[in-house]
Amino acid sequence: MKHRLTLQQYLILIAVMLTASVGDTLLSRGMAQVGAVDLHHLGLLWHALGNAYVDCGIVLLIGFFASYMTALSWADLTFVMPATAFGYVVVAMLSRFWLHERLSLYRWAGIVLIVCAVGFVAGGPSRTEDGEEQAAHRELDIMDSGAGR
Amino acid sequence: MSLLAVHVGSYRAWACIGAVAAMAIAGECLIAAAMRKLGDLDLIRAKSGMRGAVRAVLSSPLFLLGATCMALNFFAMLFTLSIVDLSLAAPATASLTYIGNAVAAKIFLRENVDRRRWLAAAFVCAGVFLLAK
Repeated sequence: MKHRLTLQQYLILIAVMLTASVGDTLLSRGMAQVGAVDLHHLGLLWHALGNAYVDCGIVLLIGFFASYMTALSWADLTFVMPATAFGYVVVAMLSRFWLHERLSLYRWAGIVLIVCAVGFVAGGPSRTEDGEEQAAHRELDIMDSGAGR
Repeated sequence: MSLLAVHVGSYRAWACIGAVAAMAIAGECLIAAAMRKLGDLDLIRAKSGMRGAVRAVLSSPLFLLGATCMALNFFAMLFTLSIVDLSLAAPATASLTYIGNAVAAKIFLRENVDRRRWLAAAFVCAGVFLLAK
């Protein structure tokens, strides 16, 4: 099982955390400017692509997608998932310490829960193997130890 | 607004949220399966350069299917944001997606989702909901 991550792999996980949350925030602001879209006016979704906030959001989400795929090439989906959730904590901390907004007790509790979740997963292996792969690796280990004797 | 209109509006909102989450789960699982099949992208990039890595990713049918689901998820999310507040849409889709991904990763990707990872998924769901309060 792979456990230790390199500095570059940690940087990719940080990029996953930051780009998703900031990108979503920009998209939300852009769509608030575009206005409500209903089933009869779906063409407005194309019109939304002309909004600068939506465009910046899309660029950041493309960056998120690239770093997310890279992370998935060496880690499990269930390992990378909490890293994406950590983006919510980043936004909450920015709003508290940069924008000087007040965070309610609920939000602090939410931050603590997500940090705990990331801690649970980060303490385990980044890539796990299913039963068949584990058995194959055990056989290889036995063969290796036999060859070493 | 009549009670019926509120009820229909709420049903429509949750149907949109469910559809966004379902497309995200399908897309993420397909992309994770594609990336797992390809192997470490950093190694591919070191061996064949950035162009080789991009070609390897784009020639994977699983990735193309997953990317299609993610594109549909993107437009569905834009549509959902136009009828549902971000404070409900973001945590609700995120929570459903985290739990759905953990279940799908266990069933389809055969990941070893141990107690620690189930607990993490549950904590993330609860945490996201508390952040939205």
